[in-house]
Amino acid sequence: MNDPLAGWLQILALVVALALSFRPLGDYMAYVLTSPRHRRTERLLYRLGGVAADADQTWAAFLRSVLAFSLVSVLFLYAFLRLQNHFPLALNTPAMDADQSFNTAVSFVTNTNWQSYSGESALGHLVQMAGLAVQNFVSAAVGIAVVAALIRGFTRQKTDRVGNFWVDLTRIVLRVLLPICVVFAIVLVASGVVQNFHGIQPVMTLSGDMQSITGGPVASQEVIKELGTNGGGFYNANSAHPFENPTGFTNWLEIYLLLVIPFSLPRTFGTMTGDRRQGYAIVGVMALIWAASVAIVTANELHSVSSSAGHTAGGMMEGKEQRFGIWSSALFAAATTLTSCGAVNSFHDSYTPGGGGMTIFNMMLGEIAPGGTGSGLYGILVLAIVAVFVAGLMVGRTPEYLGKKLRGQQMKFASLYILTTPAVVLTGAGIAMALPGERAAMLNPGPHGFSEVLYAFTSAANNNGSAFAGLSANTVWYNTALGLAMLIGRFLPIVFVLALAGSLAAQQPVPVTAGTLPTHRPLFVGLLTGVILIVVGLTYFPALALGPLAEGLR
Amino acid sequence: MPTNPDPKPDDANPGDPKSGGTASGAVPDRPPAPKDPLAPNTRRIAGGLMDPRQLVTSFPGALRKLDPRLMFHSPVMFVVEVGAVFTTVSAIIHPSVFAWVITVWLWLTTVFANLSEAVAEGRGKAQAETLRRTKTDTVARRLPSGWKPGTRDPVEEQVSATQLRLGDYVVIEAGQIIPGDGDVVEGVASVDESAITGESAPVIRESGGDRSAVTGGTKVLSDRIVVRITSRPGETFIDRMIAMVEGAARQKTPNEIALNILLASLTIVFLIAVVTLQPFAIYAHAEQPIVILIALVVALIPTTIGALLSAIGIAGMDRLVQRNVLAMSGRAVEAAGDVNTLLLDKTGTITLGNRQAAEFLPVEGVGVEELADAAQISSIVDETPEGRSIVVLAKERYALRGREEGELADAEFVPFTAQSRMSGVDLTLPDGGIRSLRKGAAAAVMRWVREHAGGEGAAVGTATRAAGAIVDGISASGGTPLVVAEAMTSGDARVRSARVLGVIHLKDVVKEGMRERFDELRRMGIRTVMITGDNPLTARAIAEEAGVDDFLAEATPEDKMALIRSEQGGGKLVAMTGDGTNDAPALAQADVGVAMNTGTSAAKEAGNMVDLDSNPTKLIEIVAIGKQLLITRGALTTFSIANDVAKYFAIIPAMFAVVYPGLDNLNVMRLHSPTSAISSAIIFNALIIVALIPLALRGVRYRPSSASALLSRNIWLYGLGGLVLPFVGIKVIDLIIQFVPGLR
Repeated sequence: MNDPLAGWLQILALVVALALSFRPLGDYMAYVLTSPRHRRTERLLYRLGGVAADADQTWAAFLRSVLAFSLVSVLFLYAFLRLQNHFPLALNTPAMDADQSFNTAVSFVTNTNWQSYSGESALGHLVQMAGLAVQNFVSAAVGIAVVAALIRGFTRQKTDRVGNFWVDLTRIVLRVLLPICVVFAIVLVASGVVQNFHGIQPVMTLSGDMQSITGGPVASQEVIKELGTNGGGFYNANSAHPFENPTGFTNWLEIYLLLVIPFSLPRTFGTMTGDRRQGYAIVGVMALIWAASVAIVTANELHSVSSSAGHTAGGMMEGKEQRFGIWSSALFAAATTLTSCGAVNSFHDSYTPGGGGMTIFNMMLGEIAPGGTGSGLYGILVLAIVAVFVAGLMVGRTPEYLGKKLRGQQMKFASLYILTTPAVVLTGAGIAMALPGERAAMLNPGPHGFSEVLYAFTSAANNNGSAFAGLSANTVWYNTALGLAMLIGRFLPIVFVLALAGSLAAQQPVPVTAGTLPTHRPLFVGLLTGVILIVVGLTYFPALALGPLAEGLR
Repeated sequence: MPTNPDPKPDDANPGDPKSGGTASGAVPDRPPAPKDPLAPNTRRIAGGLMDPRQLVTSFPGALRKLDPRLMFHSPVMFVVEVGAVFTTVSAIIHPSVFAWVITVWLWLTTVFANLSEAVAEGRGKAQAETLRRTKTDTVARRLPSGWKPGTRDPVEEQVSATQLRLGDYVVIEAGQIIPGDGDVVEGVASVDESAITGESAPVIRESGGDRSAVTGGTKVLSDRIVVRITSRPGETFIDRMIAMVEGAARQKTPNEIALNILLASLTIVFLIAVVTLQPFAIYAHAEQPIVILIALVVALIPTTIGALLSAIGIAGMDRLVQRNVLAMSGRAVEAAGDVNTLLLDKTGTITLGNRQAAEFLPVEGVGVEELADAAQISSIVDETPEGRSIVVLAKERYALRGREEGELADAEFVPFTAQSRMSGVDLTLPDGGIRSLRKGAAAAVMRWVREHAGGEGAAVGTATRAAGAIVDGISASGGTPLVVAEAMTSGDARVRSARVLGVIHLKDVVKEGMRERFDELRRMGIRTVMITGDNPLTARAIAEEAGVDDFLAEATPEDKMALIRSEQGGGKLVAMTGDGTNDAPALAQADVGVAMNTGTSAAKEAGNMVDLDSNPTKLIEIVAIGKQLLITRGALTTFSIANDVAKYFAIIPAMFAVVYPGLDNLNVMRLHSPTSAISSAIIFNALIIVALIPLALRGVRYRPSSASALLSRNIWLYGLGGLVLPFVGIKVIDLIIQFVPGLR
């Protein structure tokens, strides 16, 4: 359970598995995003949707498509949740309240999957399958489509076209997400994850108590929950629930699934830009931060134990599943907060201040190591632009990244991108802390209580969706405020990324010379890591000081 | 037959009035030989040192700049000023030593920022003052509007220089000041241009050609010229120069704008971080006074770079001015740092202005010393650099003492003419015979030999064939052959013989150290293209010797233009120098066009920089200055951001250790007390600005090297330095101010 050898082995196996998928998956996604050929089913869909599949869009048209698609998705999901009791397979669940429906609809469309409800008691099977799971697929695809547009901004020249959103969306769902999900859903079922249409089943427990257990189509939703870095669990307990995540193997597989696309996208980036070394540099930064984060969380959970029960167990076992133990829980926690997944197999609220603080910091990094599907790569590319700008000045040239000059316009969009999430997180948490009623929603006093609120807004604005627990978030205020935080935290950055893509695509590239700042060397990897840590660290340091640091430093 | 026997000047060569054809028929004196073209290699690019007194003299200017309307242009410093106003109000309402210390130092922070700008401007102002003195209101002698060159005794009217309009004709005579910029349309005069160039030697200005431009404010020393005015009043060269050096015409450059956006957004992020900190603090039962919150904001926002940004820009222009280069916009200076391709004129930039004798190649049967002797004698009166180089080579290589003109009795010198294309000497021998020596273009000398050969046609044929082979060889290697021949006529003129002695190899001499320079440029990622009027063969030879990346031979202005367009089509930035009117389109098209001050006004108008020294090699230095400007900005930005880490470690524990004692662990500097810690951070923040003013003005050290080398050096120095230095600085300040009562 807490055997270091087993812990190291699973990390090693994970790294090997990710390294093995890096090339084929990355190149395959690059092929999917660049191939001129449509499949027959895709053509049919385009004809039904009235999409001119061979016509590329301007960045503004691309953006309008993203926003229109997402708006329709929110409205559809909202209506579905409000009316769910009228549909079959509803399991006698009542319609969801307006504020919670808004929160949930926004949450799934923005790839956040913050859940202020508990899945097994609040939702029927149909809305889980046809409502939430559908959004799990398309919201992940939207992220990849947006990063595809940004990459095209780098690769194209003197054009106002950045690709076709509808084509990207369709292809990613049909050619990438669905096939992988079918395969791994079967693997999960074979490993013990349930997949049925059972309703609530009364069960007599060993001790003679009656317990109601809900079955359902879990495996099919579980797999996209991880693969699409969505994180919205079928059950309230999420991946800590034995029906979602029964064994050490499924736990390992789920971690692999939630990391595999974000970690492979840099390869897609390298392949599409024609310079794979650029992809290696980006994945290098991601891996560096990821490894450090895993190490810090694990070390804290193993060694910074404050309770006597913890000392007996050999680690901080509160809030963790016995069948996973410290290593698997810490690995999951670091991975889920560094991607925008937010699925949990243990409760971060019960982590040590160091480990729990690290999960907050992971999200504050802006979900870039490796981040959400698509959003992780565009996030780190924007930070790379900032790093290149400062470093480029230091080599005495107008800074350029991949041959594109970084001038006022590019810096404007990059700066606004970086500004958005901290503004949402800090303003949201600030308002929550200033309102006496909302402060009362905290279940813990002192710095830990503050961490709970900070975690909630950090999670929402960064579209992570995991919860620290310990905060009664199903209130009108939190549902609305966090819903808005998710909306702004998702779509405002997308606006800036696509505008950036447009401004880059319009440029004529500058040839690479010896005077060009090399962005594929270890020096740049170090620099970008430093910029990420310092820019983020400086922004959130005061807030962190009053939460995890105040709690952890004695 | 020799291919290009006529050594014509290769580049567009200003028609020097003094130039007469000479023995070798080669290039006349070029205007000011480039001074010390190689030294910058070892010399670091740096401006003058800052005089500490400038800080004092600029102080009133710095105070005047506190006007919020001016401060608004620098978002970072504007926030500091607003913060200072708030703390002042707060300190008046709740007076305490701490509040007043913070207030005073916040005001000082803004003043120091303004001071840096004022000092930078001050250096330009002094220069502008000198320029203004030359711009005294001159009286112009205007000719009637219908005047045409050549008209005799026109009616003149006296008008003020400010009343001159475009296209007016004015007369200037010796001792008078030229009233405005223009082109000489009639006459030739020597002009003292020291007012703008600082060079006291007068220059010749004449109608027609590439040296017709005159600048208002300069003084005619001799003769009379008529000038057509080409500038509007208030827009003359001197006016623009004054505006540039004073910084009045300074606009933010693209990189400055981009950097300002980044700094503004960092400022906003930190503002949000601090504003939202108050509710968190209230929850923690540690509500913060406004003075401390403002102190935290000021400590975090990038004040160091924000304060020095405009000084860096002004100082960059200033460094160019100190090198006698006048940039018409800051944008051009920045573009210089980005240049990918340098177009360099061969003559004067890559090679010394003139060809030089490199070798004596005798034909068979003639000793090399004999040839050297003949060549030397025939060149004694040849005052061209080529002629001198022959004498020098003979003396150095074959120890032939240079003979003076008078030493040879009965010598009659035959000067070079365009028709004969050769020069030489006729020596009367003691027996009354005449020994004639000729050197010159191969074809001409060979013809001369045949004419004087008398009966020995076959032998002459062999000798000329042999010489022809040598000539072809030299031409093929890119050199210029000069054939030397001898004819003997006996006293009674009956016996005549003539023979070819050999060939002098004249070649372009590449300036010393140019290859290293070009290697260096290559490492910086800059491609060099040599522009020459030579044929491709010659051009290739010189290009290879100098180590340029490419060359453009037999270049016409159209070729240059096409080359610039094709480079730019590939996304490259091109820099070039030029002086002639036909260079103007290319100068305008190039991203960095440096016009020579000796050039025409059309060229000066088209370029975005003017080199007052007219030294084309300076282009390389201009590139270095452009790069240095950007590096200084980047380095100080990195430094500024890295500083924040230490300030957090000073301020955060000071704010919250009272309620969360564990946070005192973050007080790694062991600062004396919360108030002394915060004060130390703010004082450090203000003092570092003053401390860095010299660096901002001088620019960070720049040695041409690859981007990787530059980056790692600057990251270590300014990134790591910026991280560590404030820890030391804040601790030192804290050790001192802990004794201030009220900060305990």
